[in-house]
Amino acid sequence: MLRLDKLVKTYKTGDQALKAVELEVPEGQVLALIGPSGAGKSTLIRCINRLVEPTSGKVQLGDVELTTLSSSGLRRERRRIGMIFQEYALVERLTVMENVLSGRLGYVGFWRSFLRRFPQSDVDEAFRLLDRVGLAHMADKRADELSGGQRQRVGICRALIQNPALLLVDEPTASLDPKTSRQIMRLICELCKERGLAAIINIHDVALAQMFVQRVIGLRFGAVVYDGPPDGLTPDKLTEIYGEEDWEATIEAIGDDEDEEVAAQ
Amino acid sequence: MPVRETGSVKEWQRRTGRESLFHWVLWLIGIAIFAYCWQRISESTTWFFVWDAPRIANDIWTRATPPRWEYITQLGKPIWDTLNIATLGTIFALILAVPVAFLAARNTTPSAYLIRPIALLIIVSTRSINSLIWALLLIAIIGPGVFAGVIAIAIRSIGFCAKLLYEAIEEIDTTQVEAITATGASRWQVMAYGIVPQILPAFAGIAVFRWDINIRESTVLGLVGAGGIGLQLSSSLNVLAWPQVSLILLVILAAVVISEWVSAKVRGAII
Repeated sequence: MLRLDKLVKTYKTGDQALKAVELEVPEGQVLALIGPSGAGKSTLIRCINRLVEPTSGKVQLGDVELTTLSSSGLRRERRRIGMIFQEYALVERLTVMENVLSGRLGYVGFWRSFLRRFPQSDVDEAFRLLDRVGLAHMADKRADELSGGQRQRVGICRALIQNPALLLVDEPTASLDPKTSRQIMRLICELCKERGLAAIINIHDVALAQMFVQRVIGLRFGAVVYDGPPDGLTPDKLTEIYGEEDWEATIEAIGDDEDEEVAAQ
Repeated sequence: MPVRETGSVKEWQRRTGRESLFHWVLWLIGIAIFAYCWQRISESTTWFFVWDAPRIANDIWTRATPPRWEYITQLGKPIWDTLNIATLGTIFALILAVPVAFLAARNTTPSAYLIRPIALLIIVSTRSINSLIWALLLIAIIGPGVFAGVIAIAIRSIGFCAKLLYEAIEEIDTTQVEAITATGASRWQVMAYGIVPQILPAFAGIAVFRWDINIRESTVLGLVGAGGIGLQLSSSLNVLAWPQVSLILLVILAAVVISEWVSAKVRGAII
């Protein structure tokens, strides 16, 4: 469904953030993108919706080639790509409802959106989504009054109300505590399953990634060095992705966590 | 080296010996310049007038007190004019300053090489000329009166408001803008949802701050004939009607205090 073909991004400073990345994501697959800071994870997902312009290569979403689109064509395609951010990136001074509805901006004309006269169907959907993530009672609160976990839920609603085919998720849990992190990851994965959504999740926490996804991509210096199932991440593989470190503890922790999960259920 | 070892003790000083010597020389030069300037000013001062100042001040004080209270009936209209000059001038200035600010801000300007310098030029040129001088020019062009005062205040304020506003625009959180862009929003929608909510508090703060300054500035515009209470002030000064002058000063003081209070309240409510 999504195909990256020899995707290259070279920044003006000469840093090559992506080196001919090849990646294919089938319909409905949730995959985690791991790798050290500066490996090009953020650049990779931003090249897909062209928040960062790729230097060369192709991005194929369905049968549309995104890299050559005009600005209006790009806007139309961006509606099919939801994005969730590390620091939530909610518009702080707008209400929760306005933040969620801002996911519909690509479908609504300027004046309607400016006057906040969204179609009733959009408002209904917004309430449904807020209810799904457990924030229906917060609709009128200002975004900056919410806690981190609640903000990220609003971010998820904003991405989903676009009715996307693909979800790009950039470090969704980096600013959250361990428990909220798991809840948010679980929520994202559940929602993807419910809607048959494909998702690319950038994530630092290897253990958390292994807990929730079906496929892991390891990125190092802008190149894919691992592509496989989460339990294929042996200490050797992690060393290849991140560099020398004692990985036994990380892998053991995952085993413990999974036991806990089972016990909790 | 700021750290010096004497035996087992490590002594630490803020500056090395050389640095502190340099420091003292700088101070010495500064003091010498100050003393020289003092001398030059004192040479070109007619000290007789200065020694005479307390007596003259006392003389004016006795003439000016008590204020001529009944004159207040004639000040209602001029102070109302002054308030209108300040308020209308501020509103016009804001209307013009918003587009200029968006054109001047690095992250919203359509062209950094062509349009941004023009916007910056507008900001610098309107800011650098005092409103009294704008008023003098405008009186020559559109004749004396309140309207000239309004335009003078407006022009003078454009640069001020636009500068503060464009700095606020440049300081916005870009991830919020990114998030709105990623939904497929158009350029104008990104502005309305991603940028405007972030700069609204700054905008409101700038508006009341400038209004507050403009009330003070518009009180003197009458001195050159651009309407408002300054007109009464200048005519009273011309006929040496000191009790009237003191009353006018009291009225101006009251107006400024009230405007300060209002703007403080408004700013408190926004933030």
